[in-house]
Amino acid sequence: MKNALGSVQSALILGGDSDIAFATSKRLVRDRLRRLVLAGRSIERLQARAAELEAIAPGIDIRCLTLDATDFASHSEFVDAAFEKGDLDLVLVAFGVLGNQLEDEHDAASAIGVIQTNFTGAVSLLVPTADRLRDQGHGTIVVLSTVAAERARRSNYIYGASKAGLDWFSQGLGDALHGSGVDVMIVRPGFATTKMTGDLDTPPMATDADSVAAAIVDGLRKQSDVVWVPGKLRWVMSVLRHLPRPIFRRLPI
Amino acid sequence: MKILSRLTASSHATADSNTALLSGWGRTSPSRARLAQPSTIEELQEHARRPLRRGLIARGLGRSYGDPAQNAGGLVIDMTRLDDVHDIDLQHSTVTVGAGMCVHRMMQLFVPLGLFVPVTPGTRYVTVGGAIASDIHGKNHHVDGTFGNYVEAIDLLLANGEVVTASREQHPDLFNATRGGMGLTGVMLSARIRMLPIETSTVLVDTDRVADLETLLDLMSRDDDGYRYSVSWVDTLATGNSLGRGVLYRGNHLDDPSAVAGPSRLKGPSASRLSIPPVVPSGLVGLASARAFNEVWYRKHPESERELPQQLSAFFHQLDMVENTNRVYGRRGFVQHQCVIPTGRESDLRKILEILSDERVPTYLVVLKRMGSGNGLLSFPIAGWTLAVDIPAAWDDLAELLDRLDEIVVNAGGRLYFAKDSRMNPDLVEAMYPEINQWRAIADKYDPQQRFASDLSRRLALRDHA
Repeated sequence: MKNALGSVQSALILGGDSDIAFATSKRLVRDRLRRLVLAGRSIERLQARAAELEAIAPGIDIRCLTLDATDFASHSEFVDAAFEKGDLDLVLVAFGVLGNQLEDEHDAASAIGVIQTNFTGAVSLLVPTADRLRDQGHGTIVVLSTVAAERARRSNYIYGASKAGLDWFSQGLGDALHGSGVDVMIVRPGFATTKMTGDLDTPPMATDADSVAAAIVDGLRKQSDVVWVPGKLRWVMSVLRHLPRPIFRRLPI
Repeated sequence: MKILSRLTASSHATADSNTALLSGWGRTSPSRARLAQPSTIEELQEHARRPLRRGLIARGLGRSYGDPAQNAGGLVIDMTRLDDVHDIDLQHSTVTVGAGMCVHRMMQLFVPLGLFVPVTPGTRYVTVGGAIASDIHGKNHHVDGTFGNYVEAIDLLLANGEVVTASREQHPDLFNATRGGMGLTGVMLSARIRMLPIETSTVLVDTDRVADLETLLDLMSRDDDGYRYSVSWVDTLATGNSLGRGVLYRGNHLDDPSAVAGPSRLKGPSASRLSIPPVVPSGLVGLASARAFNEVWYRKHPESERELPQQLSAFFHQLDMVENTNRVYGRRGFVQHQCVIPTGRESDLRKILEILSDERVPTYLVVLKRMGSGNGLLSFPIAGWTLAVDIPAAWDDLAELLDRLDEIVVNAGGRLYFAKDSRMNPDLVEAMYPEINQWRAIADKYDPQQRFASDLSRRLALRDHA
């Protein structure tokens, strides 16, 4: 059970080997987390992460499950397996691909791949997950969105569109689950220097995996609906959102 | 107007008449459960007989601070309609009442007959079932012990559907495991309580303003036993030499009936008239307001006052004068940290007060009380000092701060109170309650399938053998 101050005892992390997922897991196992399900494409990478987490919190129960976000047919069975050992207090949706904007905008198959992983795959997993949580009467879903979901940008609109879809879906899901005992928290980081962003140039107000993890834990404590990382992005985006397009288009972002 | 009323009404799209989002008095971590509100024992039995996916727990008035009366995804039985008087035996000063009857109602009914509830907590709005489940204590613990000490028999609905009477003679193991068992041994239907005969509803109260912790502890250790009731308020924001300054309230029943004339001789409580509005902004309770409150509260008391006559409800239930006081903490609610530190470990009590003072934790109603010996199993009190502190859940770094306090408590051989807890580390339960495995064995005997379950029992793994 989640306690009064937002500490969770069990969690499922989708995309469990991502840098942000790992940084978050580290913080959770140092707190009250005792049972963790890590899911991702590569079981070896997950097991390596699990070993590191076990070193931090000996005795923790960690299971690693293979998950292919685009293998939609497998998702219902996957969710059953994830809940097999009991309630989950937290489900963190942390998987995603950035794609390559300049190539993908001329390659429909690659563009579809980004959308299917980040949006369709997440929806396909969130639908059965939400039902499980609604049944257990408690829980928190944390969805990693991005500031890029806030307004379309020339430099990453395919990724942005996929995350915008996920962000909107999650907002509606949060409203649908209101009063069910299940909360949905949306996390919108700015540019985060992680293995996903790799060798891209670092823009202003960039963040990193550990800062995002800290913001997630803080958001759980505060029962936040939406978390921006860094926090001031909320105000920056509320201005950028209203800039006229001719001006927005010329901004170096 | 229609839109406005729709906005203010609860807008739960998922709500149906049979389920409810329930939280404790602290209004933290709510969960949704099926809610049954039986008016008869037969109705209750019917609910309990049905197949249960996630167990069931009885709920009284929801005055526990955390999650013991919640059962996410399962069944919660609201007991408050089972509040009949079954029997009054004036010769033996006992009453038998439905488990859903609250202390307020008991005082209304029985004080005019010269019978007082033998143990009453800081609020009258707790049910008899809740009082037994938490084995509650009051201002007289140092001389009289817990509520459970005055329970003669409990009728319980067991996991197998059978109704049994548990007492010191019949099923004594079940009787002991139920007192303090957080509702996890069965659904209490009714209980026979030995009441305290009183001549008047007046308490003569001695008040002392005490300048520091040493003097306060000394005063309580020295002559607490001359008073049936004793409790102190502590200013945790006072620093340095004033650390632990407070006000000590002690009293005895006025036993001379001729001293009070007419109908006010044995007068029950009246209902509260004031209420905190349903929506209060978060952050109202801050350091500045807490500091100001504590200063005024300390100063408003005379240095010493003797034998001031007070009505029972004014002395015992100051907080009940206003309804819904829990709302002042805003959306995120609050937690109460109540620990007991064994006698002889006063330096650890001092450490806790120092941390609260050093960290400038905004607290108002900090209560310190000396406790007598305990009842064992899961009953909270042990001989020592109990300290209860309300803190807004929104206070920064609260989780880490309370974990630090818990470490002091457990190292001192003390424990936390399940009825107040909403955030403790489950790993500490066994050190704090060394008899928990005996309790688990009894719970297993009467409920082998773990049909009784609550958010608390899941969070702290109360039923799981280590």
